[in-house]
Amino acid sequence: MGSPQTDKVTTDISHTDSKNECLEVKILFFARARDLTGLTDMKLEVSSGTTAGDCLDKLIAKFPGLKELRGCMVLALNEEYTPESTLVKNRDELAIIPPISGG
Amino acid sequence: MAGEDEKNLVEILEENHPIDITKYTNYVHSPQCGAIATFFGNTRDTFDGKTVIELRYEAYVPMAIRCLKSICSSARSLWNLNAIAVAHRLGSVPVGETSVFVAISSVHRVDALDACKFVIDELKASVPIWKKEVYSNGEVWKENMEFLERRPEIGKIRSCCKPKVKVDGDEAVKTGCCGPKVKVEDDNGNA
Repeated sequence: MGSPQTDKVTTDISHTDSKNECLEVKILFFARARDLTGLTDMKLEVSSGTTAGDCLDKLIAKFPGLKELRGCMVLALNEEYTPESTLVKNRDELAIIPPISGG
Repeated sequence: MAGEDEKNLVEILEENHPIDITKYTNYVHSPQCGAIATFFGNTRDTFDGKTVIELRYEAYVPMAIRCLKSICSSARSLWNLNAIAVAHRLGSVPVGETSVFVAISSVHRVDALDACKFVIDELKASVPIWKKEVYSNGEVWKENMEFLERRPEIGKIRSCCKPKVKVDGDEAVKTGCCGPKVKVEDDNGNA
């Protein structure tokens, strides 16, 4: 029988990375961080498996001026301080927190 | 201890809203309390020999409120307290005016006094509020020692950095290692 040899090669990527989705994270810039980026906030698109620290690296790549804060800023995810290793989720809010000075 | 009976008042006041001291002292007042302890944080007229014109505050407001409520809970776990009120202004706070106010009531004074110190110390260490010190010839973002001391990894890095001050008409901000244009306070900025 002449079944056409049109092997439909289906590349199945799902087994390699089942969650390669695109996440949207809202970034907030405060104080010196806002001075350096010129922005109060922005949306960042990242893939799943991205950490808060990865987001920061992407922001520094986008705004090299932020490098001056790299060693002394902290991060907050959804209004709570977070280590850089925390994974971000879709619609998370990540705040760039330069050294604080309330009071 | 559940939170439903807790009398905590936490307010971040928008620009041009001076602190109504009476409102907060009335809030914490209670006939069963023998003591009300208060703290006023006021804008000083000089820092490091420089004349200060004003302080300008900004905050990550929802998180600041969350942090302050958490500080109130911590204080309650450590002392026997009746009511707590904390208010912080945003925007410009000229010399002599109050930027932060804490009032705490308790039956006996030792609780209110110790908790009051705790609340302002914790505020300066962890609440996401920032101030810019404005001089006649420049301005600089401040950094609280209390915050830096809690994060030794930052403290280590910072110890190698020269502080930088942006001065109008002067040379551009000096670049160096990782420190931004900051002055690190030796003591509580306003207290």
